[in-house]
Amino acid sequence: MSTAEDTSAAAPDTALDEAAAKPGNARESRLLLFVLPGVVALVFGAWLWWRAIADLDSIEARQLEAGLIMSLIWQHIKVTLVSTAFVLAIAIPLGIALTRPHFRRAAPVAVGIANAGQAAPSIGLIVLLAIWLGFGFWTAVAGLTLYAILPVLRNTITGLQGVDQTLVEAGRGIGMSGAGVLFRIELPLALPVIMTGVRTALVLLVGTATLVTFINAGGLGTLIVTGITLFRYPVLVSGALLVALLALLIDWAGRVLERVARPKGI
Amino acid sequence: MTATSPNTSASANGDVSGVDIEMVDVVKTYPGMRKPAVDKLSLHIPAGEIVMFIGPSGCGKTTSLKMLNRLIEPTSGTIKIGGEDIRGKDVDQLRRHVGYVIQGGSLFPHMTVAQNIGIVPGLLGWDRSRTAERVDELLELVSLDPRRYRDRYPRELSGGQQQRVGVARGLAADPPVILMDEPFGAVDPITRQRLQDELLSIQEELRKTIVCVTHDIDEAIKLGDRILILQEGAQVAQYDTPEAVLAAPANEFVEDFVGAGSTLKQLSLARIDDLELAHPTTAKVGEDCAEVRRRAEANGDKSVVVLDERNRPVDWPWLRELVGRDRIPGDVDETLMTLDRRATLNDALDTMLTSRHGAAVVTGRRDEYLGVVNFNAVTDHIQATEQQLSEQQLSERPAGEAPEDGSAG
Repeated sequence: MSTAEDTSAAAPDTALDEAAAKPGNARESRLLLFVLPGVVALVFGAWLWWRAIADLDSIEARQLEAGLIMSLIWQHIKVTLVSTAFVLAIAIPLGIALTRPHFRRAAPVAVGIANAGQAAPSIGLIVLLAIWLGFGFWTAVAGLTLYAILPVLRNTITGLQGVDQTLVEAGRGIGMSGAGVLFRIELPLALPVIMTGVRTALVLLVGTATLVTFINAGGLGTLIVTGITLFRYPVLVSGALLVALLALLIDWAGRVLERVARPKGI
Repeated sequence: MTATSPNTSASANGDVSGVDIEMVDVVKTYPGMRKPAVDKLSLHIPAGEIVMFIGPSGCGKTTSLKMLNRLIEPTSGTIKIGGEDIRGKDVDQLRRHVGYVIQGGSLFPHMTVAQNIGIVPGLLGWDRSRTAERVDELLELVSLDPRRYRDRYPRELSGGQQQRVGVARGLAADPPVILMDEPFGAVDPITRQRLQDELLSIQEELRKTIVCVTHDIDEAIKLGDRILILQEGAQVAQYDTPEAVLAAPANEFVEDFVGAGSTLKQLSLARIDDLELAHPTTAKVGEDCAEVRRRAEANGDKSVVVLDERNRPVDWPWLRELVGRDRIPGDVDETLMTLDRRATLNDALDTMLTSRHGAAVVTGRRDEYLGVVNFNAVTDHIQATEQQLSEQQLSERPAGEAPEDGSAG
């Protein structure tokens, strides 16, 4: 308890943030915000150091060569971000549509379908799509997108439904158009919830993107698969470690985004 | 639209800036309901008056109000505002010219006070500087210091302050008609009284047509130029001035609704304006203390009312509190309770009971000091009214025929 008091006393200027969420949550997320990048940098540094001094055979050395690692990381990030962009482009407008009076009844059906998409084993989804659409980057994006629509869709719907209806009526009552109320009141107020969904989707995607190596879409999963097939544990562990670090980093970026996007005053 | 100058001091001469409202045979039937929520309501609301809609819950008062800005579309019937049928207009355009004030203010939490107030001017295409000017002017009008409050977020304000901003937002584009839906229902009684007083003094300056829903008969009596008492299905039980409603309830329903003890209710009818105010010694902030004490002692006063540079009362110290001081201090006594001159005797008694002087400071337009009201003034007034009433009753009894106004259920 004394430490809790210490931190709150040391940071009086964060009182605004404190009031917004439960104090415990706020403290936890603030901690993560500052500590996460440090931990990631530390572990990555340790890996680099190990990579420099480790006694590797020729196969391992070729697999862990800096240029190759960089391109794998870049592939991984690219497939993650492109899928996220598709997820947002589909799930947010869909979520908005499903909270409008005309389509409100369809919301449970759509969430059910999205639920099924996420419940299906991701590897199965990706491989089935590959059989249908062929191997490669865009198939990977399609599979990942289907897989990660649910959290964003669900949070968009929940967030919009959570907006106080008296505020919506107040907006209409003073003469804002339906679209005006949506963009200036409903979406800003629902944004924190939507952003949490986006972060969940990002973390889900960065992990699942490990699997797209099976359909020739590259990414850090390649290291893991190579490590397993060739019994090269340094390669396998490096791959797993780098994916974990990337996931943590993306989660952190998502948290920063959540912070930045949260409208002031709520 | 009658675009009265947004400069309130220019319109302070009391010109009516409101327009009249006419409802003819307005019916609202909700789908799936057999009985209409509002059944053939016909009503004329004169320009520049405050009309209070009151009745038991479910009587259709809120539905009737919301039909005036088409938040609820009437099933049939005609509504004209300023002579124009509101159904002929674009609904968003209509609402931008009809102020709307909601319980608790219903401010948008992610917008600052200035942004909240500036929404409608923005929608009407005002430029930034004009909107900013208007926001400051309105904040002054609702007694909030613009410099201090314009950039705050709603949750940094108290309930009463939020409600004030809500009123300012309703007035933003200077609409001729303002609708209020239980505007002061969500604040404590003392704040409510202040807000009511402020609304009355604002109304005195602006003379809008205000339609206000309430469930509080005292509020209706205090604020209303007319009261519309509704029964189930928005049937008009009585539509008259507060005085007439109290003196001659149209039927048993109204009598029950207005409540027993109508003599006590008369306290809600009489205003401080009707009383003789006392004028104790006053002092300006920064004045020489010794000089002020001399003046007070010459007047036989034991306390002085301290006024700031804009003549607003800030403190009411006893003379002994000024001993040892050089100049009159400018600290604002946050607990100093003031009464607007439009406050009712009911409010006045409330305030005096909690005051350490057994009296209360009375303010007029823009919180300017007018004088002091004490218990004697109130009791004298009550006695005089009682006497008058009983004399009236004696002389009127034989011919006493109450005006039966719209009582046909």
